[in-house]
Amino acid sequence: MAADHSTTHFQRFDLPQSFDVDAALLDERYRDSQRAVHPDRFVNASDQERRLSMQQATLLNEGYRILKDPLRRGRYLLELQGYRFDDEHHTTSDTVFLMEQMELREALGEVREAGDAFAALGEIMERIDGDLDQLLGELRQQLGSGAAADLQQAADCLTRMQFFRKLQDEAMELEVELEDELA
Amino acid sequence: MALLQISEPGESTAPHQHRLAAGIDLGTTNSLVASVRSGVTDTLPDKDARHLLPSVVRYRADAAPVVGYQALAAATEDPLNTIASVKRLMGRGVEDVKTLAEHLPYEFVPGSSGMPLLHTAGGDVSPVEVSAEILRTLKTRAEESLGGELAGVVVTVPAYFDDAQRQATKDAARLAGLKVLRLLNEPTAAAVAYGLDQGGDGITAIYDLGGGTFDVSILRLNKGVFEVMSTAGDTALGGDDLDRLVADWIMQQAGMQAGASHVDMRRLMLAARTAKEALSEQTSATVVLELDGTANWTGELTRDRLDELIAPLVEKTLGPCRRALRDAGIRAGDVQSVVMVGGSTRVPLVRERVAGFFKTELMVDIDPDRVVAVGAAIQADILAGNKPDSEMLLLDVIPLSLGIETMGGLSEKIIQRNSTIPTARAQEFTTFKDGQTAMSLHVVQGERELVDDCRSLARFELRGIPPMVAGAARIKVTFQVDADGLLSVIAEEQTQGVTSSIDVKPSYGLSDNEIETMLRDSMDSAAGDRDQRRLREEQVEADRVLEALHSALASDADELLGDAERASIDAAAQALAAVRRGDDYREIKRAIAAVEQASSGYVERRMNSSIRSAMAGHKVDEFKAP
Repeated sequence: MAADHSTTHFQRFDLPQSFDVDAALLDERYRDSQRAVHPDRFVNASDQERRLSMQQATLLNEGYRILKDPLRRGRYLLELQGYRFDDEHHTTSDTVFLMEQMELREALGEVREAGDAFAALGEIMERIDGDLDQLLGELRQQLGSGAAADLQQAADCLTRMQFFRKLQDEAMELEVELEDELA
Repeated sequence: MALLQISEPGESTAPHQHRLAAGIDLGTTNSLVASVRSGVTDTLPDKDARHLLPSVVRYRADAAPVVGYQALAAATEDPLNTIASVKRLMGRGVEDVKTLAEHLPYEFVPGSSGMPLLHTAGGDVSPVEVSAEILRTLKTRAEESLGGELAGVVVTVPAYFDDAQRQATKDAARLAGLKVLRLLNEPTAAAVAYGLDQGGDGITAIYDLGGGTFDVSILRLNKGVFEVMSTAGDTALGGDDLDRLVADWIMQQAGMQAGASHVDMRRLMLAARTAKEALSEQTSATVVLELDGTANWTGELTRDRLDELIAPLVEKTLGPCRRALRDAGIRAGDVQSVVMVGGSTRVPLVRERVAGFFKTELMVDIDPDRVVAVGAAIQADILAGNKPDSEMLLLDVIPLSLGIETMGGLSEKIIQRNSTIPTARAQEFTTFKDGQTAMSLHVVQGERELVDDCRSLARFELRGIPPMVAGAARIKVTFQVDADGLLSVIAEEQTQGVTSSIDVKPSYGLSDNEIETMLRDSMDSAAGDRDQRRLREEQVEADRVLEALHSALASDADELLGDAERASIDAAAQALAAVRRGDDYREIKRAIAAVEQASSGYVERRMNSSIRSAMAGHKVDEFKAP
């Protein structure tokens, strides 16, 4: 028995298809619907119901994961409009952007040599956060109504955000490493 | 039209009768079983009023194995046949065990399925079988004190256990004849025990320093829902390691040489643990070490010296704490309370460092040795259906990423660590040769890029791919992780809709056939047993299906079912009830399938309607037409 895959994640949580999502409402609907379908509620049910419950709970987890994160949500909205991401080949040719990426990456590599490594890292993280915030604003303008006027432009914006997100992950990993070394 | 149901006198009309359920903490050093009785949850003692069961099994040549204190007492005189800390070996391969073996006195022999066997006077046994002995003892204890057969148990595992370790634990329970309602992560169980769902909402950290493992979990609580935000840990770091550091110090002070006899090593470890425990209350402890035949040694260990010895290890636990915070996307200051689990969290230095790290108060009111079993019992009681009105729900995560091996021995992550379970991800593969009909996949778990640095979980052979030109086949492989954190894999050829068969070869575990064989071997009587067991299993499943169906029909058949559909469901259910009384398990199985077939649309509509009404924040009753 197949669970319904034609339902969008927005419909799943009974939310309007839009880039802006009411986070508190999403949280609440996620919890309430998990309470209804989670496998813990079907431990003594038939195999059939347990299978269905696991499928439904899986879809809710997947939908929640996508909708609560602006990057995944943005990407999902574009996919709903028929845009196909080609992760192998989708890069950007914006040289200014690429230079900045390289510069930030280099700075991350040199954090350990800085007099105050934490201060140096903090500065970089703030820059990344600022850039991400700005791009988020751009993405919101392009996807605000839930339908992008220019799919390619919105996709480019997402690609850049993905670059920054990756840098952010690396910076946070470095922070944990520095703390471990210090301890 | 619904018929009124009239019960026979003396027959219960209650839809849910109380089912006996228990929570089991299968620990490295000690194990416990707990249950909810008349609303009170407590661990169950043995006949001598002892709650802890040492996780020690002694095998003998011509007698049944002994478990617990009796086995522990024999550990010194019979170290090779007395297995302790078997949890460290669960789901591990021969290679892993080599590194652990330095500290373990046992003789290992390679088993058939990549799993090491322990050579004992009672024969070669797998870690799964040793664990099953411990579980069997706890099962007997619970059934004797509760006065009936257990309907199901919740068994706890360290949150950081990988798939192989979880599967091994579940296999052990199955071997012990237990129905596992859920594998529950130990830190989550502790949070349940503290009744955090009853208190306010907020973020809690669980610091769990067990005998042989260390875990930290970050939980968010909201209106009865426990959402695990992240988990991190080290499966090869535990309270036993603290004892070992103290033991090393004693060895040095007493001038003991490396390579001392097993008997002396046992005495040494015992002296070390006693000293560590005493120093939780006192600032200085006298260590008395009796050595085999030769001299005795007496010395003094101060708390300051103990702190010095163990400080690096305590610091080491803070690394996973930082990672858990980072993965949860929060700072230490966001954590409102810290629950302490495991006997070693009584050590003052541990408490001091953890409180300092999170800058908040510690929760230590419940005995840290018993808190996990208590939480497991509460969850077991709910899962067994004894508390239908409970609002509590646990949303746990997978602790380590799952990946598949790609070209060049790299791991491509399919499911990221800390994804909420159950979760699934589908991936498409294609053939690279004309007419290729089989394909193999290697699934690994871990965060590292190289497959060799991750843990190998299983190799899957896909067979029965329809022959096509290279690259034309589209094989969709779905990796599903269930609510126990266990992986299953389904493969389907997309262009022709053929479901490929999968052979799973667990890297270090038992195949279903091996378990089947062991189950058969463990039963005393001869042929016919297997069919008897199958029959019992199918009868239980039939009862479950019928009970679930009847309670569903009673609640919403009028709204969700048309007459024709209702009639076909009723017919299938009647047929099932009739064959249920017979003794042919195949017939019962077929009748169950027929009921599922007839009711599939109805079951799906029910589930969808329950989601809708849950999200609307109302109970179904409020929607009923006046």
